[in-house]
Amino acid sequence: MANGNQQSPEAIRVADLHKSFGTHHVLKGVSLTAHEGDVVAIIGGSGSGKSTMLRCINFLETPSSGLISIAGEAVAMHPDGSPSDRKQLERIRQSLGMVFQSFNLWTHRTVLENLIEVPVHVMKCPRDVAIDRARKLLARVGLAEKEDAYPAFMSGGQQQRAAIARALCMEPKAMLFDEPTSALDPELVGEVLQVIKGLADEGRTMILVTHEMKFAREVASHVIYLHNGLIEEQGPPDQLFGAPQSDRLKQFLKSVA
Amino acid sequence: MQANPTPSQTVSAGPAPVQGFWATRRIVLALIAVALVGWSVTSLNWSWLANPKYQALLLQGAWNTTWILVVTMVLGMLLAIPLGLAQAAGPWWLAAPARAFCGLIRGTPLLLQLWLLYYGLGSLFPSIPWIRESDLWPILRQAWPYAVLALTLSVAGYEGEVMRGAFKGVPHGQLEAARAMGMPRFTIFRRIWLPQALQRVLPTLGGETVLTLKATPLVATITVVDIYAVSSRIRQDTFVVYEPLLLLAVVYMAIAGVIVLLFRWLENRVPQRTA
Ligand SMILES: Nc1ncnc2c1ncn2[C@@H]1O[C@H](COP(=O)(O)OP(=O)(O)OP(=O)(O)O)[C@@H](O)[C@H]1O
Ligand SMILES: [Mg+2]
Repeated sequence: MANGNQQSPEAIRVADLHKSFGTHHVLKGVSLTAHEGDVVAIIGGSGSGKSTMLRCINFLETPSSGLISIAGEAVAMHPDGSPSDRKQLERIRQSLGMVFQSFNLWTHRTVLENLIEVPVHVMKCPRDVAIDRARKLLARVGLAEKEDAYPAFMSGGQQQRAAIARALCMEPKAMLFDEPTSALDPELVGEVLQVIKGLADEGRTMILVTHEMKFAREVASHVIYLHNGLIEEQGPPDQLFGAPQSDRLKQFLKSVA
Repeated sequence: MQANPTPSQTVSAGPAPVQGFWATRRIVLALIAVALVGWSVTSLNWSWLANPKYQALLLQGAWNTTWILVVTMVLGMLLAIPLGLAQAAGPWWLAAPARAFCGLIRGTPLLLQLWLLYYGLGSLFPSIPWIRESDLWPILRQAWPYAVLALTLSVAGYEGEVMRGAFKGVPHGQLEAARAMGMPRFTIFRRIWLPQALQRVLPTLGGETVLTLKATPLVATITVVDIYAVSSRIRQDTFVVYEPLLLLAVVYMAIAGVIVLLFRWLENRVPQRTA
């Protein structure tokens, strides 16, 4: 896509994705391709379908039609869009680390247990290997001291950093972020963005839904502006933020500035 | 949990330091208790306690009450989990019968259920030849299987309703995170959903166990020799009116105390943020 990543292999492809909730047509045919190392930012107004699009990628929402393919492997779907191969879907989900707005750390487990849960109990990674990896990740997000803490005793920023480490602990091929800082107090946003920035800098493939325009411009290699379930405009961040073409995007950028 | 909570997150299990008025009140209460015990030991008739026959009976009764309580709580919870799950997340053809069962159990007296099972099944079975001839017959001829069955179904009915609420109360995001990470459905249930639901019901469950304990004397009405049956028997034999009842109260309170302590310990295994 951008940043000369056309040459690197394809990581995530979404083609002609439609999604309706009942009669409410939320996504009306959106497509996206992210190559390895791309950072795609999805921006748009509230209700434009950003979360729905992201959640369709790992089938937390069932697409109504379209195609999702991860590292060149299309997710098998029934004609109605529901996944037809549970084992395949589970494997693909393990290759996509998702970070939620509300962190969703498991409250009955310590931070370390949260990190090793899926590697040990689902992916059958030896426990000591997983613990080793988890400790390195916790150190990296600045939570080395917190491995025995329960999520309820941590700040939002700490919880979100732990949630990022939990996703990374599966060694995913790509990361999906759904407004990772929207639930945080303003003074805690920075520490989380810094961790995400670090991931972008080391060349991780990421798709990031965000309201932080400055941050999107800084880390993204490609920006998608969604409006009413359609991609209204897309391109490299400097072009999209510096010289927006459509009136809607111009207005949107003004409204969030 | 093997984790060592740091001092900042340990929950104070014991009472806060008692001072002033409360300390005085405690001392007064303790003195009254000592006085009561002293009075009942000296001026009441406990001579029957020295009779080895009654001692053995009392032990047997206490043991029966305890094991019936433990077994029915465990079996009842094992039934309550699927009953609650069916109501919280099952298809209608599972949810509807589960709801009907819980409604039936909760809507009728336990004594009635107990008698229906004991006199109903108990008089039906002897008329069925293959049951009479089976190896199970020596067991089915006794009363305790019907007591255990009735209490188990009762616990299942009440706790099935409690578990329904508990399963529904686990925040959706907790399960969604597990799904997003590719956990198979049963693993999600076993590792995330069930433990969190059980953690939520622990405070309720302690109280429900005490309630079940206090329902156990009903089994005496179908000839099971629990601690209540023993105390009645002693009263009939010796014409001592109050003392066996006092002893009975002490035994139930002791068992209830153990239950409360056990559940408090269980609850504190995962520190909860109280703020
Ligand atoms: N589970 C659902 N059932 C019904 N409607 C839904 C559901 N999820 C989302 N929608 C609707 O789909 C539309 C798009 O929602 P979505 O969450 O994707 O928006 P968004 O762009 O992420 O908005 P926000 O910035 O507020 O998070 C909204 O109108 C929303 O009401
Ligand atoms: Mg959203």
